[in-house]
Formats: sequence, structure tokens, C-alpha cells
Amino acid sequence: MPDKTSSQPDQPEPNQPNAKKPNAKKPNSKKLNASRRNFLGQALTAAGGAIAAPTLFKSAQAQEVAANPLPEGEVAVQLTVNGQTQSLTLEPRVTLLDALRERMGLTGSKKGCDHGQCGACTVLVDGQRVYSCLTLAVMQEDKAITTIEGLAQGETLHPMQAAFLQQDGFQCGYCTPGQICAAVALLDEVQRGCASAVTPDLTTSPATATLSEAEIRERLSGNLCRCSAYNGIVAAVQQAIGQTPPPAAVVLDQVIHA
Amino acid sequence: MNHRRSHESAVGHVTGKAIYTDEQRPLLGMLSIYPVIAPHAHARITRLDTAAAYEVPGLVRVLTAADVPGVNDTGAIVQDEVLFPTDTVSYWGQAVAWAVAETETAARLAAAKVQVEYEPLPPILTIQDAIATQNFHTSPQVIRRGAPQSALETAELRLTGEVEMNGQDHFYLETQASWVIPDGEGHYQVYSSTQHPTETQLIVARVLGITSNQVTVTCLRMGGGFGGKETQANPFACVAAIAAQITGRPVRVKLNRQHDMMLTGKRHGFLGQYQVGFTRQGLITALDVDLYADGGWSLDLSPPVLMRAMVHIDNAYYIPNLEVRGQIARTHKASNTAFRGFGGPQGMIVIEEIIDRIARTLKLSPELVRERNFYHGSGETNTTHYGQEIADNRIQRVWQEAQMNAQFLERKLAIAQFNSTHAYQKRAIAITPVKFGISFNKIQYNQAGALLLIYTDGSIQLNHGGTEMGQGLHTKMLQVAARTLGVSLSRFRMMPTSTDKVPNTSATAASSGSDLNGQAVKDACETIKARLAPIAAQLLLLLPDEIPQINGKSSEADLLQELIFAEDTIRSRTYPDRQVSFEAVVKQAYCDRISLSATGYYRTPNLSWNPETGKGNPFYYFAYGAAVSEVEVDGFTGTFKLRQVDIVHDVGESLNPLIDQGQVEGGFVQGMGWLTMEELVWDNQGRLRTDAPSTYKIPTISEIPEHFQVHLLERASQPGVIYGSKAVGEPPFMLAMSVREAIRGAIAAFSPPSLEPDHIPLPSPATPEAILMTLEALQQNASSEVLVKPWLIIENR
Repeated sequence: MPDKTSSQPDQPEPNQPNAKKPNAKKPNSKKLNASRRNFLGQALTAAGGAIAAPTLFKSAQAQEVAANPLPEGEVAVQLTVNGQTQSLTLEPRVTLLDALRERMGLTGSKKGCDHGQCGACTVLVDGQRVYSCLTLAVMQEDKAITTIEGLAQGETLHPMQAAFLQQDGFQCGYCTPGQICAAVALLDEVQRGCASAVTPDLTTSPATATLSEAEIRERLSGNLCRCSAYNGIVAAVQQAIGQTPPPAAVVLDQVIHA
Repeated sequence: MNHRRSHESAVGHVTGKAIYTDEQRPLLGMLSIYPVIAPHAHARITRLDTAAAYEVPGLVRVLTAADVPGVNDTGAIVQDEVLFPTDTVSYWGQAVAWAVAETETAARLAAAKVQVEYEPLPPILTIQDAIATQNFHTSPQVIRRGAPQSALETAELRLTGEVEMNGQDHFYLETQASWVIPDGEGHYQVYSSTQHPTETQLIVARVLGITSNQVTVTCLRMGGGFGGKETQANPFACVAAIAAQITGRPVRVKLNRQHDMMLTGKRHGFLGQYQVGFTRQGLITALDVDLYADGGWSLDLSPPVLMRAMVHIDNAYYIPNLEVRGQIARTHKASNTAFRGFGGPQGMIVIEEIIDRIARTLKLSPELVRERNFYHGSGETNTTHYGQEIADNRIQRVWQEAQMNAQFLERKLAIAQFNSTHAYQKRAIAITPVKFGISFNKIQYNQAGALLLIYTDGSIQLNHGGTEMGQGLHTKMLQVAARTLGVSLSRFRMMPTSTDKVPNTSATAASSGSDLNGQAVKDACETIKARLAPIAAQLLLLLPDEIPQINGKSSEADLLQELIFAEDTIRSRTYPDRQVSFEAVVKQAYCDRISLSATGYYRTPNLSWNPETGKGNPFYYFAYGAAVSEVEVDGFTGTFKLRQVDIVHDVGESLNPLIDQGQVEGGFVQGMGWLTMEELVWDNQGRLRTDAPSTYKIPTISEIPEHFQVHLLERASQPGVIYGSKAVGEPPFMLAMSVREAIRGAIAAFSPPSLEPDHIPLPSPATPEAILMTLEALQQNASSEVLVKPWLIIENR
């Protein structure tokens, strides 16, 4: 285990098991046209933030130190994940991925490469997709983090989860949480008018109803699937954005619940 | 059967709740381990000092060879694979010691403090170097049919040449992972991401110096395997087990991606050197081939990989005179291992290269030469070079259907039209066949077991010896059990694969998972049915004289014929209104003291192999497929676009078309990755320079052709296999040869039709860089009169 466990997560508010969905948040209008590929922007922000982090950590530590001495080299941080806020103390270089997996028991996000190259760790931060292995946990205070575990409403799957299930968008399942989080963000990006590298006409906003297969592929090209369940993944996104997947896509007659 | 049922873990996968080895809830006091990596491909270890590591807070222990309680070796076939090297480092990255610490971070910091001194030795890094220095793991293997030498001498035409192909990293998204939990009484529970729990159990026991019954190995599921967890999981489970034994605490290991790519073996790179004799019509009359596999530093599974390459050198073609010799090069690289296809693809690439050369030499279309050489008829012309007759030859069927579905001829004309009007982009279409032998080459592996446990509420636990790595084996096994018992899937809980439930299992490999385990599951279900039948008869008030007697059958067979197990009830065939629920029968069985658990067992019949003569019937049957691929190559950059793929593949009577379609698509794309983009690069010191997804390119969603049609051959039930199905894991991998051949065709199209080259030596993988270099070489050859042609063509007459 990379790190020590030294704090208890806060108890969730009993009446708010599913607090506000972060990805349903009204986006900041300034961000709307800020970047052609928002996740790339996020990744760059993360890299920049990594350099700035020690300053952040010092100020945070200074506030905390009087009240409650922290383990040496650690800082207090409050993370809001899937609608629940948890207080943790962390070494400031701990990535969001390690904090999720090792400290909060949220192992749905996977460590495929730990270098921001495979996409298996993709989560949503304020509704935008982020490689959680490329960003530090201490930078995520005051942000709403959604992981694969937070997409469903109780027993009801998120439409993107249901679409992956119905269109067989996986084999081994290891990349699936990242694929689904990326696909949820994709939908949001299209609705906000974000263009991609293959958007044919930059003067016209893309629309979910007419989003081409090529657009879907391009917008998911940051997530690897070694089993190559890619046809199912494209079909799942098509279903979730209200398109009709091509006839070759499969209709299940039964889902086996393990 | 034949239901498109989703994966049994589907809901777990889409909600992130499916638990893999390293997703389990950590245990109190769990330790992590981290390797001390050797920065040489070949070196003598002159000093190893661990003292400084102990200054790191959280370090518990540094493990070295002195800590191995049993045998310091993890070799699978022979014991030549030292776990902690004591005097010599044999490949770059080899772990010479492991730090055990409270956290992974502490283990990593401590590992960096271990001081090791080396005396570098010259490494052998290529097959060519190994040949030059005669560095081989084993003696040469030979398979021979007819009289190839004299047939070559009398052949109308003859070609010699060589073809080399690179290996392939498995790049399973889940890296190698193991957890080992000691119980304090000398027993070890190992959770491992392994395709072969039994072998992991045996080797952990060997390394710990205890008997196998003290070790239980469980595989929950894998985030991909592809052969890379058949043997490669073992060393890491072993190190964790040693740490658990010494500390008495649970230990976990999950390799980081760089270590995984550096430390674990890959698909074998191969070199093939050939001489082929053929007629002016393109019929192959003689073939003589030397195959060299890059085995890496230890033997691992190289002998059966090489053997599979040798018995697939024919692919779908009848070659009357053939000799193939095989050698395993010993190089200072990670030990190459199983990978989907297991040598088959490497053998088949050689013959497809040869066929293409024959076609271009004779100015015939490659598909025509392929078709002319197919196995056909019966007897000699339908018998392989190792003496096995192809009992159910479906090559022509898949070939014709694939051409028809793809509208091959029409598109070929349209492509010629396109090429005549486009100078800088050229297209080509190619079709290649696949014939792949199904069964483990090693006969003893062709057995499987299952364990069925029924509880008094009618719920069922199903165990079998196969592991789930995403291929849908568990789903298929549930379907087999539900169908055989006539009950609904919701009754079942599929249990993780564990050596304390089903012992002495084979690796889930060789595409055999469903064939072997399916029959074992069916056997267990039938045992239970035979026990339940008399109880059901009593509950249905069926008297013995009411049961129709079938000539020659036992009364038990008569009873099972009379009872219908379906839809969670058991009813009488003669008196359909008499029926009883499955639960009621189960409850009564318990009251009557009838056992409600049963094992199942299966061994594949009619297999034979004589390694001395290279003859026998090593395969229970063959799987067939054909793929049509169309590419467009850009002459300025060498990039290609895969425009359209049409596949016809034979999976028999599919157990689950949804899963099988996924296997065909996934196998094809993985094969395309191997042949066109996945480039392993070692530098001249033997350091792998492509050790991350940033430098090692696997296919992404953007490389999938927009038109990608997979058609499962219809009316294709396979007798003697579980519910008429056929193996599907590996055969589709080789369908991707059509992409390589299409690229070759497009390269040829850059020359004017009258000046098309008669040989296009395309490297493998055919990366854009390689394509561009091939194009440039061909253009240089065409423009100068001095033709540099190491590939000699001899006209005998």
C-alpha cells in the first residue's frame, strides 16, 4: 500500500445520499470556448498544478498546524467524491488516483499505466474528464469529483453505463470505468459545443444527433482497450446520445446479473 | 444455446465494482514489494549490499537469493529460470532483489538504495547473433514430409528468401498482480492474476519448499491475459509468497507498467529462411524452412510455441514435400512466452509471404495462388505435413463466403480505377485464410475438471478450472450448466477459479477454455441429473413400468430419457402434466441423503503426437476463417488507413454469438496491431526502449475500420465439441494477415502495372516508417539499373 491510513471519512448526510451530480452542474461560461479538447486542457492544468503544489500545500499546512498536528510531510485535504466530502491527510504528491484507490477504497478507477497514456483512470472533476493519475489529490479541494462508482443512482445505471452494458462495450472490463467516464464527459462536451480535431466545420457547433462515428472515435481516442471492444464502445456512445447504433450492433436478450 | 448473453460480470464492469486481484479490500498490516532492477542485459553480479536500504523508514526486509526457502527457480517446463539471480544477470531489468516495506513508496525508495555492482558482459540481442554464436536453448526440431530436397531440385521455379517478424507486448490493461495471505499455520492463500492457477500453485510451493496442498491459488478475474499471464504471473506470486512467509504478513505486488513491459516475456520474434519450389501455375511443390524463435534468456514455453509455428507453416495449403526445422535462440532479453496464437501466427506469416512472392513472380493475383494451393479432396491432398488428415475442411466455404460478402472482385476493379487516377495514394484489397489447430500441443494438458454444488434452496455454485480474462468463459460455462440442468441462470453463482475447488487444471490457453471446461461442467451436471432423476420420478409418481424402455439402454438411461429438465422444473415426457419444481427435487434429495455436489471431468479423445517423428494427430479439430481487408497507403508519409474489413469465421454452433463476435473483432485488431503498429525496440545494450504506451503503440479506437463486418459461419456445428461449438480465442488473430497483404498490394500499386516488382520485402510490423522505407527502396531499385536483390530467383528450366 502506498500510504498510511490516518483519518476517517466523514459520514454522509443521511438525507443526501446522492448530492448534486457534478456533471450536471451548469458549466462556467468562460470555459465554454476556452479549449478545443477540454480534457487536454485539464491535463495541462494538472501538469502545471503539480509544479505549483508545494506552495499550495504550505499554506494549507500553516492553517492546520495550530489546531491539529499532522503527520510529518502530510497535509489535510477535503475531497468531495461522488457527493460525499471526506477529510484526509495526504503526502502532497499523492495523485488523485492513489487517493481514490488506496485511501477511499474506490477501486473502480484503474491504474493501467500511471502516466496519463491509457485512460483507465479517467474520472470527472467538475464534470470534465481528467486522468486521475496525472493530477494531485491536494489540488482537488472545492471540486466535485465523480468516479465510476458515483454515476449510477442507486440501482439505476447511468444511461452511459446502461448503453455499455447493452452494446457489449467491454471484454475484460478493466478499461471500462475510464471509458464510461470519458464517454459521459464527451456527451457533455458536445452539448457545450466543444469541437474536436475532426469536427468538419468549426463555425457550427457539433450536435449529439448528428455526431459522426469519426467524431466519437476521435473524442475517445485517449482511452485504450486492449481487448478491442471498440465497436461496442462506439455503439454504446451512439445509443447513449440518442442515435441508433448500426444494425450490426447487438441487442441482448438477457443480462446475467452475477 | 446460441444466446447473445452479456458477460456474467457486465454490471460489475460498468459500475466499477468488479473486483480484480488488486481491487480487493486491503488487509491489516499488508506489505508491498518492489524490485531492484539490473541495469544490464548481461553482467556478472560482483557485489550486492542491502544495508543502506534499511535506512528507509517503513522498510521491513530486502529479499535476496539467500531468503528463498525452497528452490530458487520458477521455470515452467524445465528449471532454468532463476528467481533471484546469484551471479549472472541475463536480461535488462531482471530483478536481483526485492524490497519489502509497509508501503509501496517505502519499498520503492528502499529498492533504490540497494547497492549492486556489476561486471558487464557482452549480450546477445538478436536471433542473428544467436545463430552466429550457436546460442540455442534446445536441439533442432524437424518435421518432414516427402522428399523436399529432390523436389526443390526438380521444381520448375525456385525462390529463396527470408522473413523476419518482431514480437509483441501483451499490454493487458491490468499489469501483473498477486496477493499472498499467510494463515499463520504454514498455509498460503494466493490471489493472482494468472491464467494458470495450478502452475502458480506448484511453483509457489516449489519456491517455498512446501507441498502443493499448503498453497491455494485463486484467480478472481483478469484485466486481460492474452497468454501473458500463462507463466509470467508465477515469479511475482513467488516473491510475494516468500515475503509473506518471512514476515508472516499479507503481501501484495502489482507491477507498474514500465516494469511489466521490461520484466515479462512477450510474443516471440521469429526469423524464417526458406526455399520454395513451385510450378508455373503457382502450385507449391516443395518447401524447406528454417524457423528461429527468439526465446529470450530462459526456455519458458518456447518449445511448444516453436512447435505450433512448425505445424502452422502450412496454414491452409497442401505442400507435398516439406521440411521445417526449428531452433530456439537464447538471447539476453526477457523470456518470451505464450501470446494469442502461440507461434501459429509466426509460422503462417512465413507461408503467406512465400505465396505472395510466388504470385508476384508469376504475375498472378495472390488470391488465385492461395486458392490453388488449398488443402482439398481427401487423403494425401487433404493431409498436413505432420500426418493429420483435415477431417472437416471448411477452407473453401469460409473463403467463398468472405469473398462474396466483401464483393471482392467488384471492389478490386474499383480499386484499380481509383489507383489509376491517384498518383500519391494507393489502395489494395487482400484476402487471406486461416486454418488453426485446436488442442494443446502437449497432450496431457487436454483435460479439465468442474465442481458443482447445489444447496437446499436450489441455488448453485459452479466451479471449473478455467480462468476469466475477459473472453467470456465464465458466461459460456454458466450457459452450459443452465442448459444441461434445465434451470435459469439466476440460480448460479460463478465461483472464482481456485485450486482448492478444482485441482490439477490446465492453463486457460490454446483457445481451449470452453471446449475443455465446458465438457467438464456438462459432465458434473449430468452426474447430478442422474442422481436427481429417481427422486423426481418418485415425486412425479412415475412407476417403473410407466417409463418407456429404449432398446439396449439401461433403466437409468430410460429414466433420463423420460424426464425433461427444463425451465426450472422436471416433468414427464409421457405424462406432460406431471411436473415438479427443481427446488422440490433438490430438497427431497437432501432428505433422502443424496449428494448434491458433483465433480465433472473431461479429456479430449483421439489425440496423438510423436515428437521423435514429428507426426500424429495433435489437434482435435481445426478452426477456419477468412478475412478481406482494404487499405489505402499514403505515398508521402507511409501511413495507411484500414478502410474496410469483412470476416467470415467458423465458431461452430456458437455458444454465445455476442461473445464470439467480440473475440473475432478483438483478435483481428490485436493481430493488426502486431503486424502494423506495435514495434518493440531494444537498443544496442538490450534495453527495451518501448516500455510504455507513449512509445509502444497498440491499436486505438481510431484505427478500427469504419466498415468492420464479422460474419459467423452458419450451419457449422462441430461434432464432439461442447454443444457443437468451436474454439474462438486465438484463430481470429491471424485474420489480420489480410491487412499486411493489403498493405503490400498498395505498395506494389505505386509502380506502374507493367513494372510491378516481383518481391516486396515488407518488414513486420509494417509501420508507416517501414512502409515508407519499402516504397523508397522499391523506387530506387526501379530507377537504377543496379538491382540490389539478396532474394535470388533461379529459373531451373
